[in-house]
Amino acid sequence: MELIQQLVNGISLGSIYALIALGYTMVYGIVRLINFAHGDVFMIGSFVGFYAVTMLGVGFFPALLLAMAVCAVLGMTIERIAYKPLRNATRIAVLITAIGVSLLIEYVMIYLRGAQPEAYPGTLLPKQNLELFGVVISSQSLFILGTSLVLMILLQFIVHRTKIGKAMRAVSHDAEAARLMGINVDNTISATFAIGSALAGAAGVIFGIYYTKIDPLMGILPGLKAFVAAVLGGIGIIPGAMVGGLLLGVIESLVSGLGYSLWRDGVAFIILILILIFRPAGLFGKNVREKV
Amino acid sequence: MLKVEQIDVFYGNIHALKGVSLEVNSGEIVTLIGANGAGKTTLLKTISGLLKPKHGDIVYEGASIAGKAAQTIVKQGISHVPEGRRVFANMTVEENLELGAFLRKDKEGIQQDFAKVFELFPRLEERRKQLAGTLSGGEQQMLAIGRALMARPKLLLLDEPSMGLAPLLVKTIFRIIEEINQSGTTILLVEQNAHMALSIADRAYVIESGRVVLSGTASELQASEQVKQAYLGGH
Repeated sequence: MELIQQLVNGISLGSIYALIALGYTMVYGIVRLINFAHGDVFMIGSFVGFYAVTMLGVGFFPALLLAMAVCAVLGMTIERIAYKPLRNATRIAVLITAIGVSLLIEYVMIYLRGAQPEAYPGTLLPKQNLELFGVVISSQSLFILGTSLVLMILLQFIVHRTKIGKAMRAVSHDAEAARLMGINVDNTISATFAIGSALAGAAGVIFGIYYTKIDPLMGILPGLKAFVAAVLGGIGIIPGAMVGGLLLGVIESLVSGLGYSLWRDGVAFIILILILIFRPAGLFGKNVREKV
Repeated sequence: MLKVEQIDVFYGNIHALKGVSLEVNSGEIVTLIGANGAGKTTLLKTISGLLKPKHGDIVYEGASIAGKAAQTIVKQGISHVPEGRRVFANMTVEENLELGAFLRKDKEGIQQDFAKVFELFPRLEERRKQLAGTLSGGEQQMLAIGRALMARPKLLLLDEPSMGLAPLLVKTIFRIIEEINQSGTTILLVEQNAHMALSIADRAYVIESGRVVLSGTASELQASEQVKQAYLGGH
């Protein structure tokens, strides 16, 4: 029973990682950039949700939508200002810029409101414990999991069924050929940043509810772990990010459950090292072969 | 229909096209022949807006399109089938064709063009739900052409459609190019297979290291000693 309990916790945690990892993987897929500012967009989302609830007095869903909208705009703005001018620069230059943007967001946030943590109101979602066959599941976990699942299904729908989604896939495969179809590559990249950042914003709100404590540097560790999740699933592959996130969450919970909770952060990065050594393309990645 | 006037194009420091001019009249098949690296692909990319000319002008249906965004040029009726086909391998045949019609909003017209493309290439209809990356080279070429036709172009730019295909397939592709032309689409064809290209073209240009060195009707060029020596195997 203990095992199943940890599994349930792990899936809730993992769905947060998955939501953040999706943004990493989508952006990487389209511009081949690890957007290290992504964890900070997640942090901003968490704060937007917090202020929406405490200052505007709205409920969970309006707060979630507001956080997603603000993060979408933030993500597009970062891309336009920081990354777009470097479209033809070396990858290392863009990577360093991403780290710079990350630090900028963190410390502007500290400058604006101070570094002290904030406690998420616990009344946002109904708190009840359901007991199913001896496993205790909180209604919050179910809400979190449900919200994440709905967002992921929505993302799959956008990517596979809508015009902008098809444009995103086309640009990520071959940007020049996509231009020949009449696809506006810049707008498509903007849309990708917007969607990925909105998911991070949602993850921020969910994270706040789950862990109750938020602060301006909260994005660093979940951001890095979501990056591990994206690499674990295969960077650039959307289902990979989902599975990688869930898997990482479950592994962390099991490690904690076995009594090694001090090791759980370490385990995530050991996974990163192992994946990079033994299967650098990730679980879902395959060696790309081209037909001539 | 299309007039390229004295364009200079650079790839970084490389002067790829040096004062190239050519003209394509409505309804024609014009071919551009030349060796690898002569500048043929560069010229097509400049016409379709992927590259910007440094000097000179490109006039299409009376208005300059030089340096315009690729999507504007597609919208005005120029489709480009790139060298090496460049199909979206991770998407289905159907999705590839849909992307060809990306800028169009007339659902009925798009459906009609799906039917037309499938009539032209029955193989594509059979493989409609298959990923483009699993198609054979010839099928991918058909898909690349079909995808370009989905934009309902007035002018079709074809870059090396015969590259890497078996001789029988090359014949099929060229027959289809003629069919497309007969149904009213003007064609600018870039080829290394000069023999095949000249056999279907009305007029031709020969390009060598970034300059047009010879031009004339296809039959004139077929008869020219210079072309025979350099491009038709010398007999």
